[in-house]
Amino acid sequence: MEASATTATGVRSRLERTPAARLPDQVLQAGLTTLAVLILGLIAYFFVRLIGQSSDALNKFGFSFIFGNDWDISRNIYHGAPLVIGTLITSAIALIIGVPVAVATALYVTELCPRRFRGALGMLVDLLAAVPSVVYGLWGVFVLGPKLLPVEKWFANTFSFIPFVGGGGSSITAPNYFIAGLILAIMILPIVSAIAREVLATVPAENKEAALALGATRWEMIRMTVLPYARPGITGGAMLGLGRAIGETIAVVLVIGNAATIGHHLFNQGYSLAAVIANEFNEAANQPLHSSALFAAGLVLFVLTLLVNILARWFVRRGTRGMRAPETDSGDAASASVASAGVA
Amino acid sequence: MIPPETTSKEPKEMSAAEERSQQAEAAPDLAAMGEQRKGHGVKVRDLHAYYGAVHAVRGVDIDFPANEVTAIIGPSGCGKSTMVRCINRMHEEIPGARSEGSVTLDELDVYGAGVDVTAVRRMIGMVFQKPNPFPTMSIFDNVAAGLRLSGTKSDNLRERVHRALRAVGLWGEVKNRLNSPGIGLSGGQQQRLCIARAVAVEPEVILMDEPASALDPIATLKVEELIDELKSRYTIVIVTHNMQQAARVAKSTVFMLDGEVVEHDETTKLFTRPADERTERYVTGKFG
Amino acid sequence: MRGTLMLATGVALVPLILVIYYLLYKGLSSWSGSFFSTDPTGNFFGNPGGIRSAIFGTLEIVALASLLAIPIGIAVALYLTEYGKEGWFANLVRYFVDVMTGVPSVVFGLFIYIVLVISHAGGSGFAGWKGALALALLMLPIVIRSSEVVLLLVPGSLREAALALGAPRWRIVWRVVLPTARSGLVTGSLLAVARGMGETAPLLFTVSLATAATANLNGLMNSLPLQIYTDITSPRDVIVARAWGAALTLVALVLILNVIARLISRRSSMA
Repeated sequence: MEASATTATGVRSRLERTPAARLPDQVLQAGLTTLAVLILGLIAYFFVRLIGQSSDALNKFGFSFIFGNDWDISRNIYHGAPLVIGTLITSAIALIIGVPVAVATALYVTELCPRRFRGALGMLVDLLAAVPSVVYGLWGVFVLGPKLLPVEKWFANTFSFIPFVGGGGSSITAPNYFIAGLILAIMILPIVSAIAREVLATVPAENKEAALALGATRWEMIRMTVLPYARPGITGGAMLGLGRAIGETIAVVLVIGNAATIGHHLFNQGYSLAAVIANEFNEAANQPLHSSALFAAGLVLFVLTLLVNILARWFVRRGTRGMRAPETDSGDAASASVASAGVA
Repeated sequence: MIPPETTSKEPKEMSAAEERSQQAEAAPDLAAMGEQRKGHGVKVRDLHAYYGAVHAVRGVDIDFPANEVTAIIGPSGCGKSTMVRCINRMHEEIPGARSEGSVTLDELDVYGAGVDVTAVRRMIGMVFQKPNPFPTMSIFDNVAAGLRLSGTKSDNLRERVHRALRAVGLWGEVKNRLNSPGIGLSGGQQQRLCIARAVAVEPEVILMDEPASALDPIATLKVEELIDELKSRYTIVIVTHNMQQAARVAKSTVFMLDGEVVEHDETTKLFTRPADERTERYVTGKFG
Repeated sequence: MRGTLMLATGVALVPLILVIYYLLYKGLSSWSGSFFSTDPTGNFFGNPGGIRSAIFGTLEIVALASLLAIPIGIAVALYLTEYGKEGWFANLVRYFVDVMTGVPSVVFGLFIYIVLVISHAGGSGFAGWKGALALALLMLPIVIRSSEVVLLLVPGSLREAALALGAPRWRIVWRVVLPTARSGLVTGSLLAVARGMGETAPLLFTVSLATAATANLNGLMNSLPLQIYTDITSPRDVIVARAWGAALTLVALVLILNVIARLISRRSSMA
């Protein structure tokens, strides 16, 4: 700045910004705000169009679309209970298998594993999310399915007294609910584990110390202080995994068998909301009612995942905020790490 | 508590009696813990402690007599907290930290081979600087936490929790809300809750790492009053940066500097006629 | 207990090891010069051809998707951190972006199908650029969220120093905030690209499949995920073998991107 006479006009001219100089800021702000508005508008538009395309099928079948058990292309009847049940069964399997393993892994990495391995182990688990779903499908069709078939048959025979899981006999085939659920479990594992790790890291060290000072062993300390504290956040993580499992299309359509019936047995073929869309898409191209039914399946899927996700985010935020006033909001870091870890 | 009198008692006198009983419940009542036991002393010999390569405690020898309060004072970073954490083997929980030397509780070296570290911590309890009640647990469960770890059965458990709460003078304030969350209490109450939690398992020794430094003056006074009562049953080691507090509660005081013990003497003597020049400079406020 | 947890961690990693093992075992044998230099012939009998058009198609479509998603995503993140901050509108946007990350990819595909394919927008039914758009929609929330986290890590003191020097907002963003956050933004973007590269469902409904290599984004195109998907169900072993080779290629590309992204984030001081 050169020394200049500080006359009244001199100061004002230095202090005021000309309209032209203000322009870039205003443009930037307006532009970015518009962009943000568009995002919201887009989501609303999503809904509207999807409902529009589904309306034919939904109007014709009403509640039977979800509760009726009769998905028959040849008669042009689309009651989608097999889809809904299949989605529920495979997602349940994914949660039952995937969440405990994910939480156990997160516990091991954050609490028990030697420090220098933590980063590498975490990264390896995260890499599970990097494998594209079509590759999981390929692997499931040619490796996992065939290799597990004898095990499944043995299991069904040995535990034939348990309903749904046992028995089954000759109806056990390689593509089935179980394989689909297992692959889904593998796919949701990195998500649940990443969130669980974030949440476990927020447990206050002083509570862990207090437990140790009372004479707790490491595991007792985890059970007393870490797990109860982390429970809401981990629940949220599990629900995010659920959302992913519900919506996964390609891997499921390749290994579930695409049978439009409700399988009576864990190792039977089945169907899911997402799989039906991928599988029958081409066939339905020129069939208006069929197409509309597929879009309706998409709508149900969309609404379902929205609800699960909204609930999940609420849990995760509650969990990472913890039970004291936080200095930083680690809820955002958790959600974002999930986003970049490759969450659908 | 007060035997029911005839019904012609005036309301005013009743409330005075109630008030007295309330005050009795608010005062620490160590008799609630049962018959008097003789405490056990701790002897620290040639203790060295390291954080990785940093030599934080350099050859410390201290005797902590039974049923007495010994204060440890010194400037920040002199190793007093570290030294105390070596007594109940909490120091080794820090990654990269280790210690050498011996710490004996009544002739038993807590670092001895075959000694179960969790048992050591049950016998040597600790109260931390920042009150840390378990946030997911109620007041009752907080106090019971240590008892449950050692497998105490539930009838016995309830009785011991109540006793511990009476012993620290919290009973009156919390008896009607034992199931409400532990973190719902005020700072001073939380710290007394943590002391109750430590006392409930009936340790031999209680280590206190600046227990009042996060509390307001009135809460501090209550904690100090409690410490005074506690010494009749336990051996107490208290780390403090507050010299007036040491003078108030401790029979003898240790002054540490740069990981070493400079002087260890009766509290009044240490503060009024210190033998070492460095002690004199510290207690007169010339440094630290 | 430590043993159980360690075992569980091992169990979690077994699928990763097995997938990579089988990819190498079954896929490497398909790799050859002609594999990468010829297009799939689309014939049922005879030489099935290679995957050249699939690779080109993926590169083209993902490049276009990234060109859309990354700048827009970073821009929205900038809005959230520099202008909207904690206001009600910004929080609304954040919330919905968050929720958008949970939307299944098949829904994005359906959406573009409804809006652009059925209506034959742009003079074509299925088209590469429409697939790119679907992918961009999928990548957008990921870029926004990870960019926002990174931008928030830029110390407030830097912004304050610039403001105190009399710099206007846009200059602070351009010269201070973005350069400081650069490596984190790159990492987040690379991870989003890796994600987009592997998606099949959005392309299924928007691009469909073609066998010839083409640079015309306004028509059918091939892509690696779709090629694999189609080949899996083929009765011919050579075609299935091609699927393995293509899968290995895809995973190699995705893993390289992932590793680069993590290396960048590890080296930078903002990690």
